[in-house]
Formats: sequence, structure tokens, C-alpha cells
Amino acid sequence: MINTLFPNVDWPKMWEAALETLYMTAVSTILTAIFGLALGLLLFLTSPQQAWANKLANWLTGAFVNIFRSIPFIILIILLIPFTKLLLDTIRGPNAAFPALVIGAAPFYARMVLIGLREIDKGVLEAARSMGAKTSTIIWKVLLPESMPALVSGITVTCISLVGYTAMAGIIGAGGLGTLAFLDGFQRNQTDVTLMSTILILILVFIIQWIGDMITMKIDKR
Amino acid sequence: MISLKDVSKKFNTKQGTIIAVDDVNLDIKQGEIFGIIGYSGAGKSTLIRLLNGLEKPTGGKIIVNGKEITSINEDKLRQVRHKVSMIFQHFNLLWSRTVAENIAFPLEIAGVPKDQRLARVNELIELVGLEGRGNYYPSQLSGGQKQRVGIARALANRPEVLLCDEATSALDPETTDAILDLLVSINEKLGLTIVLITHEMQVIQKICNRVAVMEGGRVVEEGDVLEVFQNPQQPITKRFVTQVSDTTQTMQTIQNLVDLYPNGKLIKLTFVGEQTEQPILSRLIKQFKLEVNIVQGNISHTKSGAFGTLILQLDGDASAIDEAIQFIHEQKVSTEVINND
Repeated sequence: MINTLFPNVDWPKMWEAALETLYMTAVSTILTAIFGLALGLLLFLTSPQQAWANKLANWLTGAFVNIFRSIPFIILIILLIPFTKLLLDTIRGPNAAFPALVIGAAPFYARMVLIGLREIDKGVLEAARSMGAKTSTIIWKVLLPESMPALVSGITVTCISLVGYTAMAGIIGAGGLGTLAFLDGFQRNQTDVTLMSTILILILVFIIQWIGDMITMKIDKR
Repeated sequence: MISLKDVSKKFNTKQGTIIAVDDVNLDIKQGEIFGIIGYSGAGKSTLIRLLNGLEKPTGGKIIVNGKEITSINEDKLRQVRHKVSMIFQHFNLLWSRTVAENIAFPLEIAGVPKDQRLARVNELIELVGLEGRGNYYPSQLSGGQKQRVGIARALANRPEVLLCDEATSALDPETTDAILDLLVSINEKLGLTIVLITHEMQVIQKICNRVAVMEGGRVVEEGDVLEVFQNPQQPITKRFVTQVSDTTQTMQTIQNLVDLYPNGKLIKLTFVGEQTEQPILSRLIKQFKLEVNIVQGNISHTKSGAFGTLILQLDGDASAIDEAIQFIHEQKVSTEVINND
């Protein structure tokens, strides 16, 4: 039955591609979370009246974030080819997608981190300072825990974008469901392969959203 | 304990320079409850934040517990803040932490080991009357309970000074009373110096020993609460005192009273502090053959005693009335005859 609906789908190959997509999404999400958090915290802490208030640093970080957030992803991949080559000595395969994925998604996530941090009650920060907290304590024990629901829902949205980005990276040979849909589906005119790839990506997105919502709900004690 | 010498704080804004605190001199004594009252914008919020270095003064010196805090570096200032803690109008609890974890936060900051933290937190939960609430999140508590957590958190590192930033302004009157009682009890139990800012004269009246009145960044009047209540000098102070004693209303109705009670004499007694404890009225009635009628009264209780006015109608033999007035004079209650028959 399923073979009559999807006659051209090579299931082991499809499964392998799905795992590649999953791998690219997972690793790039982790890296994006780390770099995005760092950038977001830097944006927040260098803004006026914060612990590291510094106009120049704030402007530079802001400019970096805005530039890389504005470049369309498909163009970013091409622009970053020399950089990727330098870094990884190859531009093919799932690993070669990471520089572009992270540089494309981290600034996007940094903005969401900033929004989350700005929503923290100023009074709570003042209270922490009044107790004699160091900036590092404020980061780890106030800023991050108090904005955690926003950070988690932000990384959920970013992760879903990254699923899309991995598919785009697939076009230039990163592997995964994007490559499969493009090479086997589009170029060989096998619509069922494209369709199956889409279904798998949809399932992945739904699962990510569901996990994200669950975690956000569980940690939000407000 | 805390002394401010010629302290000022200016803010540079796009609209120009704002002088939030203007040349303030204050001496706050060890163990007292010192109130600073003023309307919003008077500079009291800035002033209280100068006392723990959350704001830096642009001029003058601030000495807290023998330490000059205006010139010390951030590291030393953080040490000072362990001993000068603060509670807030909106409580400022971390929503992501339970009651117990919130109270433990300043202990974590001070580097207290975990087992000691737990013991101290339990002590504090008991002290502020939140037994059984340790695992609740702030969102599950009422305003009064949240402020109790705030107080417990502020007391965690055994501070010498507690700064209260409009600590009861977001609470209903009943809860306000309960929180004020708690502040008085920790002041007495722990010998803690409390500095509070408020715009409510009731708060000053109820718990403060001394008060400073702020207007336009300046301290315009300062003194023992009772004295200030008794004898307010500045118009703004008079307005604050009116909040609790309503003397203006008394003045307006005196003429009505004279018309209403044409017999005998109307006398106004003014109580200051301790005298109110004495049963003057019952002695008056027992010793003199007079009809004594309470026409109007307004007695308020401050921390150092009661004060207020009482208007009595004394009817009877003219010589008995005179003797009675003499008697009241001897009780050191100031007396004023309102009408002369």
C-alpha cells in the first residue's frame, strides 16, 4: 500500500537522510543556543544602565547581529563557502553546513534572547544588586532563570527555522532531507520523494514544537 | 549608624539636570526606626538608594556603620550590602524560585555553605510566619506573604540596617498593619536599624521613632515623630499630619460646636505622649461635680505615645468648672477654653 503511494521512495535512503537532518538540526541548535545566548547577553549587558554599559560594544554587537540576521540564508551559505573551507577543509556533507547554520541562526536567536532579558522585572535585578550580587551571579542566577520560558520558546522557534535552513543547505549538498528532495525528488521528477521528505520534515517540526511547549509550560511558575 | 553630610545627587537627562537629592544632612541612630516621608518625586527613592550604593551621590559623604561608602570600590560595596539590605514596594522576588530558594539567594551570594543555608532559611521562614510555605512559588502567595518573603530574604545575612522602599504601599491597610508589626518586632528582637521611605503618614505614625520630611530633594523638616506631629512647621508637614489627624476638619466645626453646646464651657485638651495613658477623664468626673460630655475626640497612637485632641463640654457650677480646668492643667495636658459661656 505504502509502496504504491510512494513507488520511488528508497526507504533506507530516506531514513538515512532523515537522520542527517535530525543530526544537523540538533547540533546546530545547540551551537546556536550557546552563541545566541552569549550574543544576547552581550547585547543586554552592554546596553545603557546595565552592568557592562558600553556604547561602542553595544553598537558593534548590534551591527553584527543585524547584518547576519538580514542576509538571506541561501546567500549566506554561498558567502560563507571560503570561511567553511578554511574552517573544515570541505564544503560538503552535514558538518559543512554548521558554520552557515549557526551564523545564520545565532543572531536571530540573540534578538529573542534580548527580548526575553528585557522582560525581566528591573526591580528583581535591583534586588539582586542590593544583596551584593556580582555580575556573573546575576547572569547565572537571575537573568537566565528568570527569562527561561522566553529562552526556551525562542530556541523552539529557532530550532524550527533551523530545520528549514538545513533543507536549504541541502540544495548545496549538505545532505539530509533537503538534498534528497532536491536531487531525487525535483531533479529526477519523483514527486513522491519530495512529498515524503516534506512529511518527515513536518513531523519533525511538530515534535519540536510540542517538546518546546511542554518545557515552557513546565518551567513557567509565574 | 548612618550619617549623610551635604549629600546631593544630580541626574543628567535630555531635559536638563535634575537635582533629585539636594544637600541633605541626616544622622540615623543605631537601632531606631527612621522614616522619610515625601510625595512622589521628592527624592526619597533616590535618597534611600544612596544608602546602599545603588546610586552614587554627586556630592557629599555617606557613612554607614563607620564605613565611608561613597568612595569605596564595587567589591567592598558588595560586602557592605550584605549588612545593609533592602525590601521593596513590589517585593522583587524571583518568580523562578520557591519561597525557600528566594530566602536562600542572598546566602548563596554571600557564599554560605548549603547545610547552613538550609538551617538559616528555616529559621527565617519561622521568624516571618511563613511556616509550611517554603515550597510555594511567589505566584502562589498573597501580597502580604510576598513581603514577608522579602523581609526574610533581607534578613538572611543578619544585616545591621534594613532599608524599606515603600514596603507597604502596594498592600491593603490590614496587611500593611501586619507587615508594620513584623518590622517593629524584628527591630526590637534583632536591634536592627530600619530606614523606611513612604508617602503614608500612617506608617510613620505607627512605627517610626524619628521622621524626615522631604520636598524637592531637600529635607525640610526633621525630628521625633511625636514632636513633628504635635508641632509641624512646614506646610507640607502639616498636610502629612492632616492625613492622620484631620485637624482642619476640627477647626471648621468648632464654631458649629459652640452653637450646638451653648451650656457650660467647651474646652479643648491636647495630649502629647504619655499623658494619654492616664485616666484623666474618669478622675475628672469623680473629683468634680460636673457633667462631662465628650463633644469631639481624635487620638492617634505613635510609637512613642499617643497624641491628639479632645473637646469636652463641662457643665455645672462655674467655680467647679474653673477648678476642673486647673486640675487638667496640673496633669500637664494643655487646655484651651473654646467659648466663654
